[in-house]
Amino acid sequence: MIEADPEVCIAAGMCALTAPAVFDQNDDDGTVVVLDGTPQGADADAAREAVELCPSGALSWRDS
Amino acid sequence: MTDLLPTTRTDAFDPPAELLSDPRPLRRMTFADGHRGWLVTSHELARAVLADARFSSRQELRRVVVPRPSVDELQAGKPASPGFFIVMDPPEHTRYRRLLTGQFTVRRINRLLPRIRQIVTEHLDAMRRSGPPADLVPAFALPVPSLVICELLGVPYADRERFQRDTAELLRLDATDEQAGTAMNSLTGYLSGLIEAKRARPSDDLLGGLVAGGELTGAEITGIAFLLLVAGHETTANMLGLGTFALLRHPAQFDALREGRVSVDAAVEELLRYLTVVQFGTTRTAVEDVELGGETITAGESVAVSLPAANRDPARFAGADTLDLAHDASGHLAFGHGVHQCLGQQLARIELRVGFAALAERFPSLRLAVPPEDVPLRGDMAIYGVHRLPVTW
Ligand code: HEM
Ligand code: SF4
Repeated sequence: MIEADPEVCIAAGMCALTAPAVFDQNDDDGTVVVLDGTPQGADADAAREAVELCPSGALSWRDS
Repeated sequence: MTDLLPTTRTDAFDPPAELLSDPRPLRRMTFADGHRGWLVTSHELARAVLADARFSSRQELRRVVVPRPSVDELQAGKPASPGFFIVMDPPEHTRYRRLLTGQFTVRRINRLLPRIRQIVTEHLDAMRRSGPPADLVPAFALPVPSLVICELLGVPYADRERFQRDTAELLRLDATDEQAGTAMNSLTGYLSGLIEAKRARPSDDLLGGLVAGGELTGAEITGIAFLLLVAGHETTANMLGLGTFALLRHPAQFDALREGRVSVDAAVEELLRYLTVVQFGTTRTAVEDVELGGETITAGESVAVSLPAANRDPARFAGADTLDLAHDASGHLAFGHGVHQCLGQQLARIELRVGFAALAERFPSLRLAVPPEDVPLRGDMAIYGVHRLPVTW
């Protein structure tokens, strides 16, 4: 499952670009919004890639 | 044998050979100001340094990498000017960046798409009418991002001659301190006047919004405007110019793009990776001792992170030294990494996608109008690219 820390996020948008079904960005300050905390299939792969790409370390993946 | 940053290129698209041939991912490097620091060339260590808060971006701690500093190094050693958050650390950095990030989200930038398409089409139409031949840089590569950032910020495009001259001067590596200082003062003076005018007459653009928000002083908004204007047009312009040159030198790849065999999104990421126009990379200074790649970086030592080398790291990218638009270039560091990762990256991506797609579609017979070795390269500029690109069709 995905966890996101908007305090750490620098709103670079890599997550919304990489896994648009899983992440969005808040309209006010661009920080991360999780749309789907438990993505499946291709969305899960994209989400894992986004966690890896996130420049600020705001995202983490917890196997549950 | 010196250990300055290698800067001599033997190929238009490849980073200097000595940057890539040395297998050590971390080695000693002498900065242009004599400081004994470090050079990072691997993807893994580049990411590690850029993501680590113990490596500071503060201007007070900056050192000059090459004999002529880039804009953000001109003031190395002095406190950052208000609003110039690229040379600040959190929390100051965060305070400024947060005020802007809402304007640069994937969604916000996608809304600019129709207008960006229109700007691109108008410039390509005008280029067609005026030629062949044409110089693609002043006809297309430079004015498109320049106009886009002006509209976003609310800087009158009619004033472009002034700020394009000042920014070009600032990014020239052979400018004297005096020339650079004059250009900086001229641009700052222009922008602070503009911001005062927006205080009197509110406007519905990014700078107008910052003025109306009431949270920042005039000097802070001027610094932000300066940073966005300079960071926002030369980089993208050089990607358009150098990217077109690269596509013309790899015609099979250009065909694949034109015929839709590769997506323009993937093509743009690969061009960003392969060309990495922020050619001297980014620097950080250790604020405490840090263990890195088996060495100890002592507090106070600076590390130059070579983004061009990291993006050619064979351990991270298969076939790193070839341009292959079908490559999976995701994870490239052309926009940096960590808290300073490029604020304008979604805007740059859209401009490049629209720009290359329209160029491929509208100019199917585009080719160089001069022998490739006659294309003047920007080895002398902080942002790499081509000075001119004579084309015909
Ligand atoms: C292809 C085009 C571009 C490239 C290759 C590029 C590259 C970069 C890089 C490497 C950094 C990181 C610097 C560091 O870590 O010290 C950066 C930061 C930055 N870029 Fe870009 N950039 C591009 C386009 C843009 C555009 C269009 C804008 C404007 C709106 C922009 C605004 C910024 C800003 C404001 C920062 C500082 C961010 C911070 O310190 O938090 N860039 N860019
Ligand atoms: S990629 Fe990371 S820093 Fe960027 S918006 Fe998403 S969570 Fe925030």
